[in-house]
Amino acid sequence: MFVRWSAAIAAAILLSSPALLQDARAADKPTDPQIAHIAYTAGVIDINAAKQAQKKAKNKDVKAFAEDMLRDHEAVNKQALALVKKLNVTPEDNDTSKALSKQASDKLAELDKLNGAAFDKAYVANEVAYHKTVNGALETQLIPSASNAELKSLLQTGLKIFQGHQQHAEHVAAELK
Amino acid sequence: MPGRLSAIVSAVLLVALAVPAHAATIEITMENLEVSPKDASAKVGDTIEWINKDVFAHTATAGNGDFDVNLPAKKSGTLVLKKAGTVDYYCRYHPNMKATLKIEP
Repeated sequence: MFVRWSAAIAAAILLSSPALLQDARAADKPTDPQIAHIAYTAGVIDINAAKQAQKKAKNKDVKAFAEDMLRDHEAVNKQALALVKKLNVTPEDNDTSKALSKQASDKLAELDKLNGAAFDKAYVANEVAYHKTVNGALETQLIPSASNAELKSLLQTGLKIFQGHQQHAEHVAAELK
Repeated sequence: MPGRLSAIVSAVLLVALAVPAHAATIEITMENLEVSPKDASAKVGDTIEWINKDVFAHTATAGNGDFDVNLPAKKSGTLVLKKAGTVDYYCRYHPNMKATLKIEP
């Protein structure tokens, strides 16, 4: 059941537990329209986080990181929109996308209360965790489940670029300590 | 004297032949977050053209600070080589993209 898969991913995102992602493997695969929706939603979440960081961040490395996130995720999402249009696919909302959005808006509200160095640290720590989770989901769930070759290829490019983001975030996080 | 003139003409011709007529343009592609070729060789005076085929912005940034070429998405950027040496360069936005340019005198 897709619902079970979504719940497992959502739980994994909340707990960042690899065991739950493993468990999810046994469940049914998401469809291409659902995968497109999840990938796009995941991008929008990071774009919104970056916009918040652009307003609130103090550290110049954190500001530069946020700028990189904005540029790359907007580029990927633009490409994703062009692809779904070309393939005549309508992205389909689903429980995973909903869970992702809910968790992200809670995080935005939480980070909004912080300022200065405390914000910088919390934003970057969340970026590390978020990219780790999204990359895990791409690698073990979304890429293997995608049936359209072009969608699969876009997700693979996405994974490559987001792995770079994760390393970048880890580097910035280490510098902030 | 015609003899002397022809000697001068041949000397001029010899000098002209010794100097390469055209500096080359070397194309390096950035696609799918990979630089290709990763190791390129060129000579001082040659032009490097980086072709960014990605939807992401990249840069060709020398580790030693010699150059920093911006490569917007789906655009190219060029650089005329002025100094010999081996230069490692990378993309500032995606530091995993690394390559080397061997510049001969």
